[in-house]
Amino acid sequence: MLSRVASNIFWMARYLERAENTARLINVNSHLLLDLPKSVKLGWEPIVDILSAREEFYQHYEQADERSVIKYMVTDTFNPGSIISSLTAARENARTVREIMPRESWEQINGLYLEAKKHCQSVLTHRHRYDSLISIIRGNQTITGMLTGTMTHDEGYAFLRMGRNLERGDMTTRIIDVRSANLLREVTHEQSAFENIQWMGVLKSMSAYQMYRREMRLRINRADVLKFLLLEARFPRSLGHVLEQLQALLMALPRHDGPVEEVERLQAQLNQAKPQALKQEKLHDFIDDMQLGLIKIAEQISKAYF
Amino acid sequence: MAIRWGSYKVKDLYDELLRAAGRPRPPAQTLCDHLRGLNDRDIEEYKAAAETAIHVMGISFRVYHEEEGSIDRAWPFDIIPRIIDKSEWNEIEAGLKQRVKALNMFINDLYNDQNIIKDGVFPADLLSKSKNFLHQCKGITPPLGIWAHICGSDLVRDAQGKVYVLEDNLRVPSGVSYMLENRHVMKRVFPEMFNQYNILPVDDYPSQLYDMLCQLSPRQIEQPEIVVLTPGIFNSAYFEHAYLAQQMGAELVEGSDLFVDDNDVVYMRTIEGPARVDVIYRRVDDHFIDPEAFNPESMLGVSGLMRAWKAGNVALANAPGSGVADDKVVYAFVPEIIRYYLNEEMTLANVPTYKCFVKEDRDYVMENIEQLVVKPANESGGYGMLIGPHSTKAECDKFRRLIRRDPRNYIAQPMLMLSTAPTLIGNKAEPRHLDLRPFVLSGKDIQVTTGGLTRVALRKGSIVVNSSQGGGSKDTWIVDMES
Repeated sequence: MLSRVASNIFWMARYLERAENTARLINVNSHLLLDLPKSVKLGWEPIVDILSAREEFYQHYEQADERSVIKYMVTDTFNPGSIISSLTAARENARTVREIMPRESWEQINGLYLEAKKHCQSVLTHRHRYDSLISIIRGNQTITGMLTGTMTHDEGYAFLRMGRNLERGDMTTRIIDVRSANLLREVTHEQSAFENIQWMGVLKSMSAYQMYRREMRLRINRADVLKFLLLEARFPRSLGHVLEQLQALLMALPRHDGPVEEVERLQAQLNQAKPQALKQEKLHDFIDDMQLGLIKIAEQISKAYF
Repeated sequence: MAIRWGSYKVKDLYDELLRAAGRPRPPAQTLCDHLRGLNDRDIEEYKAAAETAIHVMGISFRVYHEEEGSIDRAWPFDIIPRIIDKSEWNEIEAGLKQRVKALNMFINDLYNDQNIIKDGVFPADLLSKSKNFLHQCKGITPPLGIWAHICGSDLVRDAQGKVYVLEDNLRVPSGVSYMLENRHVMKRVFPEMFNQYNILPVDDYPSQLYDMLCQLSPRQIEQPEIVVLTPGIFNSAYFEHAYLAQQMGAELVEGSDLFVDDNDVVYMRTIEGPARVDVIYRRVDDHFIDPEAFNPESMLGVSGLMRAWKAGNVALANAPGSGVADDKVVYAFVPEIIRYYLNEEMTLANVPTYKCFVKEDRDYVMENIEQLVVKPANESGGYGMLIGPHSTKAECDKFRRLIRRDPRNYIAQPMLMLSTAPTLIGNKAEPRHLDLRPFVLSGKDIQVTTGGLTRVALRKGSIVVNSSQGGGSKDTWIVDMES
């Protein structure tokens, strides 16, 4: 397989996954804010932090109000991580690898882009937001399903899954980092009552709530949520699962020594750390290490194959 | 009834499907009867079915647009096919084989002994002024002695129904994917017609192309590495490049995917490391394929590709320099070229051509430019030409000046009344002019596509069929009426 093609399909998958994750993030935050009293002022700024976009955001906006943040995340083309930018990049990458994917999947990607472009303004109003975002999430899930069901599970498919998993790992760790930092700020009595709601929000942003319930059967608490999202290898958006997938995918590819070593190093670090027990500062440092590890894996993949 | 053949205009020209108003030619009888039986709603349904098929199959071509950059557009497709009787087609096919065989011998001679010049049949002066003669290719004989492995020749019919070759495309002819896809669309739209006719299939082309390319491989191995080299997604024919690569199971590569090592061997960059390449079906123009040998600014090519080709380590199809023979001045010499190399008379006619570098011809052109079509020697795609009868006095005068300045670069031909075929305009069938581009593959033997790509000028009265200039296409049926 050509290096360029492998790289394009890898990035196509990353961008698609990024669009989906961003849509999830906005949806859940919107819902969460409706449930919280005004005194618990979380607002939209944490979302900007999740995306590590503080600096760029404040170059264009004075305050992190709802409209500005959503606009920035959905429709602003100067933000390379906005939904519309991600879908544009996914489509451009898909276009160049059209010949190795089933035709319908290109149609679907193109269709998702066109639809998002047409409807993304409506995300700015409360009433249509949910439907528009859900259609983006569903759109990407359809693509994922189509590719799983119709694309030959060859090397190209392996690069697709690697891109998707890396992006998922990235978003999962980002969400945990920012949410836990916010939640652990000196909790007053009044606010602690809402802590569960917020952890529930974290789970829901990853469609993890129901699965968590089935798995943990306990009332929601910080340690178990962290354990579930970081270590539960059977949940497809947890970091543990992502790393396990990456390891297995790489083992089937040639020249995998560099990237596999990096994945295994990170797996070991994750398993030894007992992250559920870490306090705020320590947890933040740990998540930082995980993010750096994911970046190193991406670098090794790029070095070996692209 | 939506289509009334009785009021269809066939006057002073040749129509592919009807002899006269209300009188279909024998091979078109069944089709015309079927079409006559349709009402407006049926036609809408057929058109919608074709559009859906085109959309779903992702058939598109790119047009350059100043404001929006380049965008994909579906190419207009007309659901009324063009029909040619197999017995007539057999003659055309034989004529094409003869022509392409001689042209390949001509190219090989030009780059080697130049006997045709020494024997006084082809003027040395013309060669020295040819833009497409590449001195870098001198002294080379590619595998099988063939240069133009893939040729697309444009055929037209005049008002009497006689078939002419209008031009030969020996560099990187495109359109074959549309020929293949048009047939797929028609099978979805008109399955009933395929039961009533014996329509010869066209979908053998990708495997014939693959087999031909394999024959060129410098390494005698079971599965030579064959790649299609595209300029990239912004090229107007990218769809076709991707399509052919997919159909052949070959890699679609861009210049940056390939490199040439110190031993003049070509490799592609893969996830497993460098992989040797044997045959390159290149869809990049000569002057861009190797920045080392030609245009140093080119980002599309591969440095050292010419070295590798000359060393015989890789085969290029078409070979660089093949374009020397699709010069429109060379075209005027094709009858002599066939006689010289094959000792045969040309069986498929050339359009009578005035060579502006010959004084008598030039004088005639200057006098009669308003009645003539003037073409530059080395443009394609319908660009840079003058259609005298459709032009203003100022435009004619401009071409007079151009010819005077550079007579070698121009030829002129009488304006042919191109044949027409019924084409759906709204829900009515109206005559529109068309041409036909068959594709000829030359390897160990010569193969011609069954029919080819029919291009139709959708604007009333227009004879410009190019996709970039308001053209569309039709499926082309070669039908065997005897079986």
